[in-house]
Amino acid sequence: MAEVQTTVGSAVALPKPGLEKLLANLQKMGYQVLGPQIQDEAVVYKALKSVIDLPKGYISQQDAGFYRLVFSGHRRYFDHTHGAQSWKQFFFPSFSELASLKRDEAGRWQVEENEVDLTPLALFGVSPCDLAAIQVQDRIFLREEWKDPLYWARRQSAFILAVNCLHPSGTCFCASMGTGPKANPGFDLCLTELDDIFLAEIGSEAGRLVMEGISVLPTSAFLLQAAQKGLEDASLNMGRSLPDEKELPELLLSNLEAKQWDDVAQRCMSCTSCTQVCPTCFCWDAHDSISLSGQSARRERAWDSCFNPDYNYIVGGNMRPTTRSRYRQWLTHKFGSWYPQFGTSGCVGCGRCITWCPAKIDVTAEIQAIREEVQA
Amino acid sequence: MIQTTGKPHAILQFAPMQPFMAEITEIVHEAPNVSTYWLRFFDKGLQDGFHFKAGQFNMLLVPGLGEAAISISSDMEELGRIAHTVRIAGNVTSAISRMSVGDVLGVRGPFGSWWCFEDCIGKDIVIAAGGIGLPPLRPVLYYIMHHRREFGRVIVLYGARTPNDLQFTREYKAWQEAGIEIDVTVDRGDDTWTGRVGVVPILFYNTRLDPKNTVILTCGPEIMIRFVIFEALARRVPPERIFVSLERNMKCGLGSCGHCQIGPYFVCKDGPIFSFDQLQPYVNVEEL
Repeated sequence: MAEVQTTVGSAVALPKPGLEKLLANLQKMGYQVLGPQIQDEAVVYKALKSVIDLPKGYISQQDAGFYRLVFSGHRRYFDHTHGAQSWKQFFFPSFSELASLKRDEAGRWQVEENEVDLTPLALFGVSPCDLAAIQVQDRIFLREEWKDPLYWARRQSAFILAVNCLHPSGTCFCASMGTGPKANPGFDLCLTELDDIFLAEIGSEAGRLVMEGISVLPTSAFLLQAAQKGLEDASLNMGRSLPDEKELPELLLSNLEAKQWDDVAQRCMSCTSCTQVCPTCFCWDAHDSISLSGQSARRERAWDSCFNPDYNYIVGGNMRPTTRSRYRQWLTHKFGSWYPQFGTSGCVGCGRCITWCPAKIDVTAEIQAIREEVQA
Repeated sequence: MIQTTGKPHAILQFAPMQPFMAEITEIVHEAPNVSTYWLRFFDKGLQDGFHFKAGQFNMLLVPGLGEAAISISSDMEELGRIAHTVRIAGNVTSAISRMSVGDVLGVRGPFGSWWCFEDCIGKDIVIAAGGIGLPPLRPVLYYIMHHRREFGRVIVLYGARTPNDLQFTREYKAWQEAGIEIDVTVDRGDDTWTGRVGVVPILFYNTRLDPKNTVILTCGPEIMIRFVIFEALARRVPPERIFVSLERNMKCGLGSCGHCQIGPYFVCKDGPIFSFDQLQPYVNVEEL
């Protein structure tokens, strides 16, 4: 049999036992591999030692304010959809150091050099919506004028193994946002998982190298069609939808006094949950501390939320004292003003904010309500 | 004309939150709870290369306490040192007020947009400021004094709570000698005050403007800005020639931390200075 070509841009069939080898190759290449695993009855992302630890056979049932992992007994590793966590925690950790300072012998403050951990990360099993979310955050933390040092160090060396989504959950709407269920370019390797075999698309030289020494098969028409069918079905099986996404900046920013804002303010608890699970929310706060001796000081960055009461505090008062104003800021930013700021929507349609809202607030329903109110 | 792009000099491209240390070289008392702090970077190359445009701000860091966004109040053309006029308002500014000459602050900047008065050559300029809103406009006054013939009439309308709270009073004479008209008001007079009593927008009633040729620059409490805009529009000054400087919560100056947003803008990056036509869709929305 002639040898199967593994070149950048090509697709091959990867029998399932090859997945463990893929993981081993990544480890051998020096990557710290992070992958989905079950912890406390939810899928989380953490160091992955073996594919045995993947949530094989699990699916998640998700709805507004509802998440359950269910063992369905099938043979697929990546049908679990995502839990509350996203990959943003690795490039933009919830806590990180901004700067540290020390007094010199004369008692004067000096800046200490920040050390950035340079271990390259491999993200093993990134869904298309989450890949899109990473690309949204790239626009926020990697600017022409400046780069966030930690984000830059980790992002530029990271390996992304994307997995096309064949099992969207009840709160998913990536098809509406154009981010899935098939991954857009930006992956090193992308798998489409069928019962006994993966279809693997090689997206980069790193992706090609990782495939070295792993036995693959040529893609068959049957396999390609099965993958295609799976993706088409996934598009049709989205639990939610958000029509006319491109019109939302105009709709939201020109209806800042809609009655629906009062309505949602009655239900929203300003708990910040949506912003903490959102894979694109980027707001952060600086925390300063000083040692007891007064000789060293630290500046740390922590995730913030536009729902926090002190988020908009300036001397003289709070610019957004009510839940109505905070919810409006969040929704109009995410779906509206993100466009002029970053040239893209802030939403990738992952549905986390719906699933993890304790008040079961559904962004797609809120937007629909505003649309109906305006049209009425 | 000073050549500067307004780009942050005291910023590392790959570590934009890292402060540069600067020494307080002089402190000038301006008014109760307001002082001007002259700073000089320890890094001489940085100090020599540090340029800003009038209206831009720096993030000043008190190690262990935090940063505050403070406008630069010195002359753009004076190199070698930079001034910030600070009113005690929160933790950081209180700590700065307890500092003395030789103490050290962290600085990042300069950030933000600037008063586009360079495009206003030949125009009349009205500077309407309240309280601590004057320092961000002082670089404009320096520039006008150096290049007086480039502009038409220049009118400063300034107000403070009491006569004691008026800032830069020792400079008014020099401004007037340079052909700058100045009209001052206070909210409450005292035994010695013989000037006007009332809020800044009323000063428009004593001033005849040529709306076709006037640019308004305003900074101060938001309620004052609101009424300055009202008076300017009532006199047919077009929105695109009314410039305002806004204040919001800021943690980074980079358009990264998210706090300072108003509508589509990051006040730290797209502002703090906006033309009123940019803000028009948003200013009347409460709590935006």
